[in-house]
Amino acid sequence: MKSTLPYIVALSLVLTLTSCFDKNKPNFQYMPNMYESVGYETYQESDLFPQGTAAMLPADNTIPRGWMPYEFDNTIEGKEGARAQESPLSADQAAENLSKGKELYDVYCAICHGAKGDGQGHLVKREKILGVPSYADQGRNITVGSTYHTIYYGLNSMGSYAAQLSSEEEIWQISEYVMKLKTDLTK
Amino acid sequence: MRTNSNQNLPVLNHIFKTALVFLVFTFAAFAQDTAEASADLGGDPTAGKQLFNQNCAACHALNRKMTGPALANVETRLSEDEGLDKEWLYAWIKNSAGMIASGDAYANKIYNEYNKAAMTAFPTLSNADIDNILAYTAAPPPAPVAAAAATEAQVVVAESGIADELILAILALVLAVLVIMLFTVQRTLKRFAQLSGVEIKEEKPARTPIWKAFIQNQFLMFVSVVVLLLMSAYYAYAYMMQVGIDQGYAPVQPIHYSHKIHAGDNKIECTYCHSSARVSKHSGIPSLNVCMNCHKSIYEYKGNPEGPSKEDLANGYTNEFYTNEIKKLYKAVGWDEETQSYTGEAQPVEWVRIHNLPDFAYFNHSQHYSVAGVECQTCHGPVEEMEIMYQYSPLTMGWCINCHRETNVALTDNPYYEKIHEALSKKYGVEELTAAQMGGLECGKCHY
Repeated sequence: MKSTLPYIVALSLVLTLTSCFDKNKPNFQYMPNMYESVGYETYQESDLFPQGTAAMLPADNTIPRGWMPYEFDNTIEGKEGARAQESPLSADQAAENLSKGKELYDVYCAICHGAKGDGQGHLVKREKILGVPSYADQGRNITVGSTYHTIYYGLNSMGSYAAQLSSEEEIWQISEYVMKLKTDLTK
Repeated sequence: MRTNSNQNLPVLNHIFKTALVFLVFTFAAFAQDTAEASADLGGDPTAGKQLFNQNCAACHALNRKMTGPALANVETRLSEDEGLDKEWLYAWIKNSAGMIASGDAYANKIYNEYNKAAMTAFPTLSNADIDNILAYTAAPPPAPVAAAAATEAQVVVAESGIADELILAILALVLAVLVIMLFTVQRTLKRFAQLSGVEIKEEKPARTPIWKAFIQNQFLMFVSVVVLLLMSAYYAYAYMMQVGIDQGYAPVQPIHYSHKIHAGDNKIECTYCHSSARVSKHSGIPSLNVCMNCHKSIYEYKGNPEGPSKEDLANGYTNEFYTNEIKKLYKAVGWDEETQSYTGEAQPVEWVRIHNLPDFAYFNHSQHYSVAGVECQTCHGPVEEMEIMYQYSPLTMGWCINCHRETNVALTDNPYYEKIHEALSKKYGVEELTAAQMGGLECGKCHY
């Protein structure tokens, strides 16, 4: 009995120490008041906001940085109006805009529309999302303005991508790149 | 591209002929299964499925409302309920906007019923193509034998499992027999020895027990006490050093979101969802509309064609499990699957934050991702393989500084650093500067 006592003590010590390492819980901190922010952290829950959510839409009648109010509505008429709109980006920097547009396109669009714009993205090939059209589709007759409208508002099954892009400029860059893909496809 | 109708006719004719030839061939090929079902419908459902998936499936499903109505048996439904024939469907598919404008009663009814979502015109589809699509909607060809193959595969897997266990059991049995044989051999040998009168001596002289000898040896005692003290100091130090470090932290999230499926299997870029990592301090958690970009269409988890892996099943990650998680998303975002519209009753998903720097350290994602071009995986580890997201790196100051010391400043396409890099590399006499030499070790860069 006497000789087993040290083993029991050691075992219980090891058990108490290892039981502290629960990967579902954050670890102890030495000085929590230096770790935990006094000010609100991003996404932190707060009684100040409805449902406690800090991530909210911009207040009404305010304009986020990098954006201006868009003149066309999310309707078919609005889309037809947008069709004639030209890209405001400078033609002198076309190459730069296209390379930035390609970068963004490959992240946000190519997953469905395909790197070539033929509607054969990875998700389509795996049959997760179907019916993604090719940009060369005559029935759609896309223009740089209608592409902007579609990215801004979304269309049918496609959602709006305005939230994932940080400025109007980025949408125009993607739209210009989409038009380049269209010309490449119809060539 | 514009074509006038005169030019169009021969082309259409040609398409008709090729389609006819094609039909004959495919009928011959599928004679046993589908010919009987499709012959009277005047179209080939297999070709129709391909066309349907390419052109229609973005907005229509067979048995489910999406942006547009469900299309199973649309032809018979229209002729029985509305008295509309195939010609109406041809005209509608090729130019729906024109039909609405011309005041066609049913065209306007369906247009208003589906929130005035305009159906794209498909002038490129020939009547034969549309026949094929209609044949598909009337009688979709049976799903390929993938399902059957999957069950077969499972059976095979199970069999191989049984075989493994069997081999192990046989091995264990053989071993046991061997042990028993050894014992019996020894016993008979002993008996032989006794019978032939050989004496087996078993010496057992009196000894001091080992623990007593140990205590009596003072040098050994001294050494072992020192070793014990050093070891406990080592463990105490290690324990205290890991306080405040959350490496491996993997909290249970309100929705089981699998990075493995999204970033691994489906190869979605990290910044597709965490888009603000490109441009801001935070790599934002995507708002639910970003989920709905895809999950408007993907309402159930189908997984891989070969079915869930053994490992997934062992963890309970069946297809139904994942589909259920998608339903949780619908509930949170307020998406009504019946009407395919938002109810407006949303509730925030309370994700548990994993990576959390202490308040006294500043970190900026865009500086690292966009400017320095550091891969997300450098700090976050193989996220595309993580079924459950966990903290990969220790996020300690030593870890930060180590990387700053080892990493060279990215200069390609980065004119911002050109001038200072030139000046500093001359000063230090090196070709390429590390982030540390550029000031990445200054206290005030991260602590202020």
